[in-house]
Amino acid sequence: MTIQQISVFLENRAGQLAEITKILADNGIDLRALSIAETADYGVLRMIVDDPKRATGILLDSGYVMSLTPVLAVSVPDAPGGLTPVLNLLAEGSIDVEYMYSLFTHVQGKAYMVFRVSDEAKFTALMQEKGIATCTPEELGLK
Amino acid sequence: MKRYYQPEIETASAEQIRAWQDERLVKQVQHVWDSVPYYRKKMEERGVTPADVRSVDDLHKLPFLTKDDLRECYPYGLMGKPVKDCVRIQSTSGTTGRRVVAFYTQHDLDLWEDCCARAIVAAGGTDEDVCQVSYGYGLFTGGPGLNGGSHKVGCLTLPMSSGNTERQLQFMTDLGTTILCCTPSYAAYLAESIHERGLRDKIKLKAGIFGAEAWSEEMRRDVEKQLGIKAYDIYGLTEISGPGVSFECEEQTGMHVNEDHFIAEIIDPNTGEVLPDGTKGELVFTSLTKEAFPLLRYRTRDICVLSRKKCSCGRTFVKMAKPMGRSDDMLIVKGVNVFPSQIETVLLEQGYQANYQIIVDRVDHTDTLEVQVEMTPENFSDSLARITDMEKTLVGALKAMLGIYAKVKLVAPRSITRSEGKAVRVIDKRKI
Repeated sequence: MTIQQISVFLENRAGQLAEITKILADNGIDLRALSIAETADYGVLRMIVDDPKRATGILLDSGYVMSLTPVLAVSVPDAPGGLTPVLNLLAEGSIDVEYMYSLFTHVQGKAYMVFRVSDEAKFTALMQEKGIATCTPEELGLK
Repeated sequence: MKRYYQPEIETASAEQIRAWQDERLVKQVQHVWDSVPYYRKKMEERGVTPADVRSVDDLHKLPFLTKDDLRECYPYGLMGKPVKDCVRIQSTSGTTGRRVVAFYTQHDLDLWEDCCARAIVAAGGTDEDVCQVSYGYGLFTGGPGLNGGSHKVGCLTLPMSSGNTERQLQFMTDLGTTILCCTPSYAAYLAESIHERGLRDKIKLKAGIFGAEAWSEEMRRDVEKQLGIKAYDIYGLTEISGPGVSFECEEQTGMHVNEDHFIAEIIDPNTGEVLPDGTKGELVFTSLTKEAFPLLRYRTRDICVLSRKKCSCGRTFVKMAKPMGRSDDMLIVKGVNVFPSQIETVLLEQGYQANYQIIVDRVDHTDTLEVQVEMTPENFSDSLARITDMEKTLVGALKAMLGIYAKVKLVAPRSITRSEGKAVRVIDKRKI
């Protein structure tokens, strides 16, 4: 099961990020996760929001270049070494991680990670074998 | 010390120069009429025959040639001699269509080298000098032109070509180069390198002949000071021959046009009307002696002024100012001709929109070219690696088209101003 990530093209200049988060806030969109990858001149802002469809419409209307990408959300124990079994699976399966970042949640004892990997199906299958489940949008309170 | 390479020509009276021009023009028009059907047709369309051109006073009757004509005639359409009589091709950078291919007979090369020799002697060159030619060799006219001129003067000639700064400096210091020929930006770069390496006391330079690029008076003084030399400007274009169409003397107040070989006119770029000396306008050249590529009234697109004020050097040839701009949108970046339309072609081919901006600047005396282009939904990806790959592809395609590196800057959509009417595509920040 995947969740939808919103990726937005950002120029590296002051105020760009604040501009986007303000637009989302003004429209009552809740940010659940955020990560930025950048070069000297530009960056890609990746976000998990509570309502990706509506957020997409708002961002497109505001003139942003963006895309929707399915990514995997994995829940791991919120404890030291909690992420290790998942990372080991990736290594065993020779699956490349394109990027990953953490997701904010309020569930006690749990942490969530977002993964974009080279072989999603294989990664999911490997996790299933070990009893690690990927999260559904509903589980994370996303539409 | 010899002050002129060909004193009887360079200091000839105005009447004498005019007599040469009259005679050569009549002969040249007949030659073109007989051997270049394309131009003959242009003349016929205007109802002009060789009989109508009796002297320089009739020059205005002849049709102009432009870069468009050169494109239409590429590659052999304007050749004035059969291939068997031609011995050399030189060419400008740029892609097919924009590329200029010029031909030379042995006689053409000989006269071109004379013109360059005049420039070297005007810069104080003699057969005692070691002349380092650090212009590019090959299709570019800079290296071959100055190389030939240097031979004619009898200088010990170092055919270095451009680049490989370490080797340039090694030869310069080991062999005691006295005259350096290169682009002004490369001269500035070499000057800095000499300074950084503490080689100032080991060089014997006395003069530099720097052309193929616009440069400011300030840059001249900088390089002169850093290298302890006198720096001379030289002008030329492949269409007319190459460097040496005009050159500076010690007065450094403009470049003497080699009027025994070329007639310079200034016209109004909009109407084509000939303007009097001292008026700013577009520079037009007529080759009087070229056999293989005899262009009549070729519009250079350089905006310029001619001056007939008496020169203290004793030369009587008319002087042209440094070109002050262009009457078309061509940019000269690092000595290479760049047209915005070439950049536009690449952008469209690569799936970007035609909304772009070109920023030209000069950083540490070296030209920089940046193309700002808006990100499109099609080219966007959540993966940074994919975006940078596309960017690299675009940089490669631009390099293949222009022949020089252009930095690509991806910007947000709609961030480049859409102007009403004529779009501002080029921002030239160079202070020249």
